[in-house]
Amino acid sequence: MSFRIDVQSVVADTRAAAKKRYCESLGFKGKIRDVAVVDSYVIDAPFNERQITRTAKLLTNSILESYSVDQTVYPKEFDSVKLSGDSYGTRWIIEIGPRPGVTDNIGATAREVIEDGIRRKFKTGEGVYCSQVFFVSGKLSRADADYIAGGLHNPLIQRALIKNGKEFERDGGMGVTIPKVQLRSRGSARKIDIDVDDAELFAIGKYGILNKDGTRRGPLALDLEAMKAIRDYFRGQKRMPTDIEIESLAQTWSEHCKHTIFANSLDEIQGGLFKNYIRAATEEIRKRRGKRDICVSVFTDNSGAIIFDDEYLITHKVETHNSPSALDPFGGAITGIVGVNRDTLGFGLGAKPVINVYGFCFANPNDMAELYRDKECTQKILSPRRVMDGVVEGVNAGGNCSGIPTPQGFVFFDPRYRAKPGVFVGTVGLIPRKSHSGSRGISRKLYEKRARSGDYIVIAGNRVGLDGIHGATFSSVALDAGSPAMAVQIGDPITQKKLSDVLVKEARDKGLYSSITDNGAGGISCSIAEMAKESGGCKVALDKVPLKYPGLAPWEIWISESQERMTLAVPKEKLKELVTLFRRRGVEATIVGEFTDSGRCVVEHDGKKIMDISMDFLHEGWVRRDMMSSVAHIRRSEPPKESSGAFNATILEMLARPNIASFAHISSQYDHEVQGGSVIKPFAGRGRVNVDATVTRPRLDSKQAVVLSQGLYPTYSEINAYDMAACAIDTAVRTAVVGGADPDRIAILDNFCWCDSHNPVRLAQLKDAVHACYDYAVAYGTPFISGKDSMFNDFKGFDAEGKPVSISVPPTLLISAIGIVSDSTKCITSDFKISGDAIYILGETNDEIGGTEYAVMQSERIGKDCMGNSVPRVDAKKNGKLYRAMARALARGFVASAVSVGRGGFAVALMKSAMGGMLGADIDLRNVPGNHTRDDLALFSESQGRIVVSVDPKKCKEFEALMRGNACMRIGTVAHDGVVHIKGWDGARAVRINIKSALEAYRGTFKNY
Amino acid sequence: MQKPKVIIFSGYGLNCEEETKVAFERAGAKADIVHINDIVDGLISLKAYKILAMPGGFSYGDDTGSGKAYAHKIKNHFAQEIENFFSADKLGIGICNGFQILTNTGLLPGALTYNDSARYIVRWVDVEVRGESPWLRGVQHAMLPIAHGEGKFVADAETLAYLEKNHAIAFTYIKGEICEHENLPANPNGSVKNIAGVLARNGRILGMMPHPERAQFFTQLPHWPYLKEQSSRNKKRIPTDGPGLKLFKNAVSYFK
Repeated sequence: MSFRIDVQSVVADTRAAAKKRYCESLGFKGKIRDVAVVDSYVIDAPFNERQITRTAKLLTNSILESYSVDQTVYPKEFDSVKLSGDSYGTRWIIEIGPRPGVTDNIGATAREVIEDGIRRKFKTGEGVYCSQVFFVSGKLSRADADYIAGGLHNPLIQRALIKNGKEFERDGGMGVTIPKVQLRSRGSARKIDIDVDDAELFAIGKYGILNKDGTRRGPLALDLEAMKAIRDYFRGQKRMPTDIEIESLAQTWSEHCKHTIFANSLDEIQGGLFKNYIRAATEEIRKRRGKRDICVSVFTDNSGAIIFDDEYLITHKVETHNSPSALDPFGGAITGIVGVNRDTLGFGLGAKPVINVYGFCFANPNDMAELYRDKECTQKILSPRRVMDGVVEGVNAGGNCSGIPTPQGFVFFDPRYRAKPGVFVGTVGLIPRKSHSGSRGISRKLYEKRARSGDYIVIAGNRVGLDGIHGATFSSVALDAGSPAMAVQIGDPITQKKLSDVLVKEARDKGLYSSITDNGAGGISCSIAEMAKESGGCKVALDKVPLKYPGLAPWEIWISESQERMTLAVPKEKLKELVTLFRRRGVEATIVGEFTDSGRCVVEHDGKKIMDISMDFLHEGWVRRDMMSSVAHIRRSEPPKESSGAFNATILEMLARPNIASFAHISSQYDHEVQGGSVIKPFAGRGRVNVDATVTRPRLDSKQAVVLSQGLYPTYSEINAYDMAACAIDTAVRTAVVGGADPDRIAILDNFCWCDSHNPVRLAQLKDAVHACYDYAVAYGTPFISGKDSMFNDFKGFDAEGKPVSISVPPTLLISAIGIVSDSTKCITSDFKISGDAIYILGETNDEIGGTEYAVMQSERIGKDCMGNSVPRVDAKKNGKLYRAMARALARGFVASAVSVGRGGFAVALMKSAMGGMLGADIDLRNVPGNHTRDDLALFSESQGRIVVSVDPKKCKEFEALMRGNACMRIGTVAHDGVVHIKGWDGARAVRINIKSALEAYRGTFKNY
Repeated sequence: MQKPKVIIFSGYGLNCEEETKVAFERAGAKADIVHINDIVDGLISLKAYKILAMPGGFSYGDDTGSGKAYAHKIKNHFAQEIENFFSADKLGIGICNGFQILTNTGLLPGALTYNDSARYIVRWVDVEVRGESPWLRGVQHAMLPIAHGEGKFVADAETLAYLEKNHAIAFTYIKGEICEHENLPANPNGSVKNIAGVLARNGRILGMMPHPERAQFFTQLPHWPYLKEQSSRNKKRIPTDGPGLKLFKNAVSYFK
């Protein structure tokens, strides 16, 4: 008993117009006549006539829409041309909906609307399923229609049904498809014999446990040594392990969870890179600062936290979601952003998410070369354009729907992100240090938590399905034909928003739970086991876990990464209040067990014990191994010298390069105003130029604000990974200072996205980069407070001819800075403000062109690697002094505009300030301090430590006095004519560019995105 | 004088309730954020309040159409209470998603559909006041931000004629200070007759796509660093408030 409701637009549907443009962009320009979109709902429940009509009305806004029941009809406005003869064949109807079990948010909302509207709860097995129907007409063959359908959906998560006009009319529409999950019961836990030969042991670790039908369950990412450790443990226990025990160990021991590359000893570094460099830097800074330490909680919790003011802490965490985004860009990105929000909710007893950040590394979206996962060329990987569009949209949906501003971000392009994009997402949180009144009138620290033995284990939020099985282990290996489709998930931001609101706006301050953590990689197998460390053990009844649909095997329930769930430790006496409160807020909360102090992680199903592992083995039994690195040096050609006559064209070309061009198409679709704290927005000035740092007030009753910035130089890595990391830190810190940060109140975060990390050469680069992280964090006094790594961003596949192809991302380090601004009314922007202002450059410009955007451009131009060798070096002592002087100049209001010099060098920084202000500039390169020897190197060198500022002529004297002892030179004047003139070494004019043509170049690249 | 009490709705993905509360309280009101289920369950009554605010957000993720599901929840459970509220001499405001919700309940005329760009858009706009309303006294123009995917106002010819005749078009998008500064077109979404907000019940209920609560501070203006630099050279002080606060102050003074 099911029926279908189709809702069509009765006003001009702009979505249809946008889809038409999209279909044309797939290679059908001029061939598409018309496109219409219809929203469809299939209701699988025995409703009577009255209920059906009422349901249809609930789903229709009569001013905008009309509905039809059980027959899809051509939308009224669709394809009004008169049809004759065989032109029927030119109408195609494509229905796209989620595959069975894939999160269907619209269906879920429709169900809630119907239940509330007709006062009837859906019974088990009944449901509402949504889909969209695209009507497309034009000169299109069936193959064309298939191709368009391919562009409209991702077969991993969506189903498509395609009919031509004749079939559509013959069938009376699209028919009713019910994408209900039908699982044969997967039964209970199985004993697995691992007293087997090494070959089989290896196979289990690499490809998964053998099913009864001979297939394998999917990668465990456990190597032979790890499998042997498991075998030995169970020999000691005198029994065979169950499947859930092996799966659970694989999750907990995964690179994703244990960060083995950073934890293992490397060469002479006993105890690993994290402990000896990253954490050591923070410890040293904290010790040196003493009472002026800004850190409160570092590395141990889901986010890191620093002091905001006397009452509040500010938290930050940046995640990567590369592997899921490669398979399903939208789903990967939305679960990334909504997932990292949970790292905020899961900090202490719950911080409120107040700012989102993003960073995307893509291949050029114009790259059309086809790549496949398999030799037979049946599994095509998504094009860079599809990846980019999907990822951008995913963060849009996740951030905007959650009501968290997303002001700060960047995009970076390099062909090596072709198979695995770099998708960085982060969230800043705000949390009071103490609750105002605890349960007995005592205030408690909200940034600390501890599950106690006897507390209930409560799961709150979404239900569990097959989504996201093996996500943690899959992201710990290279992407290939065996990558599990089930690893893909779609986010449900509204379910999480409800959960978030009830947690940080109500339950936390009522003291209803004693600990909390989020469910990310590994699902409850990781979250419960992690919290169980606080109490000393746990006992879980898996049958209690609420499921999306019946039939899941115990191990699947245990490791599923179904999204939007938090795990709480709830004292027995608080349970009733908590469950009632959650119910009243539309959030499901279920007891699934109890925390214990037994020292064991025990899981039961159907009353039988199916897992019983000591906490110690679970968390510490993983196999350490000593890693060795080996240094490789390659000498590269230098970029050719460019004659001064070419500079105008080169600067315009630089401004149009994807790495420098405006990405307003992204930043203007992410709400940066919500929550009301926006101070410095993603755009600056009349020219709306993208900024490098944004400023947001998390408390509207305070002038204090948070400034966010980042640094990332993957093109330097292959030349010198040490300098690459130094530059990333310098850029992030400097940009934060320019944005208004107090230099004593800046913290940084590291995200390593490396490749092939068992390779000794890659390890040598990693070692260098981490070494620089220590040196420069300590030098600037900016502690690391949190980090995340993704060490295997490699792809092994095939080109269109079936020839093997392997692509690895460049060693990528994202440094994110978070700084506190004492008085946000002192902030400035990068745009020149008033003509006649003096222009200064701070810092030295040297002939440092290796790995720069200029070198990449030259390499592309001549078609061979001339990336150079002189990667910018950072002098932290000089720079640190300069940044403090800069901060004082800002505080005293001497500076009208300032821009941190980054990718593209001085020329690009200057043009950004000029374009922002829609003002010109007269510059003399000869006054630029440093040992630069050529005009092109002075213009495009990416020497660090530099800032271009403009100053009111009346304040120049004071400004110069304040900057004394630093490299600071007046190099020109802001001009009213809107033209940038630059004099070169010979005193002659080297550059003359009109701001309008510059803006055209800058905005042109992504104009039609 | 007693501060007028404001009820600000929350729940199911509404997300601008906190900054809306700040705006009302800075304007001199006492504001409570109330989860819609507490009204459904009868724990909170609208009677105690003078002003009803439906804030912005993403109720139900815009699924099935923006504002639709939340509006049904209101209509299914406390339509009469809402009606009684507005039968008295009280004020209401729907901002962005709140506006979409109030049109779906029928309290405000017309409907909001997908932007012409078919994409979510965040920017600032200039609006010119056209209607007569307690909310709009003494306001001629304002710079305010928008952030929406479904903000294109549509209504049939009859409704539009009615709105014109009854001074019930609250604002229209125009090219003013901020559009000139940032060189942006006036109408961000293709709204018919450039309508940015409408009125009902003699101007007592205001629905608007722009967010006045996101323009309550001077430092929320996109070009405030530029204005600050100019002020400093002319030896002028920079203000604290932004142009949006006036609407909230107007609502408070209605009850003085």
